[in-house]
Amino acid sequence: MTSAPVVTHGLTKRFHGGQVAVDAVDLEVPAGSVFGFLGPNGSGKTTTIRMLLGLIAPTSGEVELLGEPMPKAHLRVLPRVGALVEGPAFYPFWTGQANLLRFDAADRTADPKTRKARAGEALERVGLSNAAGKKVRAYSLGMRQRLAIAVALMQRRELLVLDEPTNGLDPQGTREVRHLIQELASDGTTVFTSTHLLAEVEQVCTHAAVMSRGKLLRQSTVEDLRAELRPRLVVRTPDAGTAAETLQGLGVTDLKTSGETVEGDPGELPIEKFAAALVAADVRIHGFGLERPSLEDAFVALTGEGFDVAE
Amino acid sequence: MSPNEATAEPTEALVAGQRPSAGRHTLALFLSELRLVFGRARTQVGLGVLAAVPLLIGIAVRIAGSDSGAEGFIGQIAGNGLFLIVASLGLSLPFFLPTAVTVISGESLAGEASLGTLRNLLTAPAGRSRLLAAKMVALAIFCLAATMTIWISGLIVGFILFPVGDVLLLSGSTVSLGEGLLRALGIAVVISLSLLGLAGIGLFVSSLTSTPLAAMAATFGTFIVLGILTAIPQLHAIHPWLLIYRWQSFADLLRDPPYWHEIGRNLLLQGGYLVVFYAAAWARITSRDIT
Repeated sequence: MTSAPVVTHGLTKRFHGGQVAVDAVDLEVPAGSVFGFLGPNGSGKTTTIRMLLGLIAPTSGEVELLGEPMPKAHLRVLPRVGALVEGPAFYPFWTGQANLLRFDAADRTADPKTRKARAGEALERVGLSNAAGKKVRAYSLGMRQRLAIAVALMQRRELLVLDEPTNGLDPQGTREVRHLIQELASDGTTVFTSTHLLAEVEQVCTHAAVMSRGKLLRQSTVEDLRAELRPRLVVRTPDAGTAAETLQGLGVTDLKTSGETVEGDPGELPIEKFAAALVAADVRIHGFGLERPSLEDAFVALTGEGFDVAE
Repeated sequence: MSPNEATAEPTEALVAGQRPSAGRHTLALFLSELRLVFGRARTQVGLGVLAAVPLLIGIAVRIAGSDSGAEGFIGQIAGNGLFLIVASLGLSLPFFLPTAVTVISGESLAGEASLGTLRNLLTAPAGRSRLLAAKMVALAIFCLAATMTIWISGLIVGFILFPVGDVLLLSGSTVSLGEGLLRALGIAVVISLSLLGLAGIGLFVSSLTSTPLAAMAATFGTFIVLGILTAIPQLHAIHPWLLIYRWQSFADLLRDPPYWHEIGRNLLLQGGYLVVFYAAAWARITSRDIT
């Protein structure tokens, strides 16, 4: 398959109140990528995902999943897509296994003969085998989250669309889910995962898109996103004052001193020149180097805002 | 989607779907739906209450004895236990059965919406039209199960507590016990069909909201209003169009020969209500934003 598994053109959702939740979003998710859909709560991620899956109708714009138009082709497309939308939802009065069987039965392409076996495998994969016979009412939020992922894993999928898959998981569970995502991706499944956690994108994603207030600000590889920011020269020293003067003399701009740390934009000079100059000025150096900006910095640079809830 | 999108053909992506069995297991959702409705404690308790109706009536009649002066089907129970079935069905029709149908139908879509499971079903993908069909079929089967519960319970209790024998019909002639049971079975089926209009209303109301209780209340409210309208003589002009106006026609099955005219008009009316409200529910569910 040559086309991108997820493509949107001018995707827009305006709610009845007139509020524009998603504003002319053009997404293109490359095949085989782990695509981080990044943005603060309320930035339109879940609304976008609902439109991708045909749960809500766009006000305008188009969605293509696996090369076919949505929602028109949803009966053909969605069996090949595993989805977790907006938190886990189950029948609390049924066991985890019974819940899996029900959602699998809703897909008419799913083979009833292998249903139980596939449910068992999916539960095993998310570490819920021991809780398979327990009613979901007794599950913790983390267990429900795993069960929701198990629903997506009931079949071999070409695309996984996961909305905040690590939400509510403890650190161990979070690590396991990220590992699972990487494992699935290495099998060739394209993973589209939304998150408000930058660390998550840095750890598992090959590509990222940044949403803010309904608009798509950027999409690129995670590498490119970070590379856009110039690395910063960081010096740790008890002689911060002298160091700052010395660096300023060499043309370092945007200097900031806080306690024993001096940092700034090194410009075009090779880094060893700074080290030599600092030593020559008798600055005691405890730490010295270029720091690559984090994705969080990239995000702040893009949106001009912190990672709080967008109004 | 713009109209020219409609020309997009199923591309090689479909071929790459590697699911040779696509489209073969349509029934699975319907079976799963039945499991959902009948597996719930709420449904089982409801059916238990319906099963208790013949027991209560039977015990009451047994205690009161045959000279209680009761009229209608109840008056005949002491003489022939088979009438316990008919009396129980008749007495459940104005309240117990509609209540049960209201609860189950109100829950059907609103319950899934409130749990959030509607999202999972639609992304499975169940298909909105097929899901609605599965809900309606399960509702219809519930209606039948409800009346059959009374029929079976009435049969057991009636045969234990009272003498049984040939059945005296409304028109004065007598038929064998076997034919009497068959006619009582016909009554159960006619009554369950009589509930379909209400089930259709409940399904539609349930498609409007994400709060099952609100759907149940609205459906039951509608039922009460229809009952009040039916009881106001000045409104006789609209009576033939009211859902419950011909509900009592089931008794015509106890004439010789059975008098089909009223039953037929009742079933036609039920069918009309069902079609209208099912279509409305379909229009709603296929266009609704699922959140």
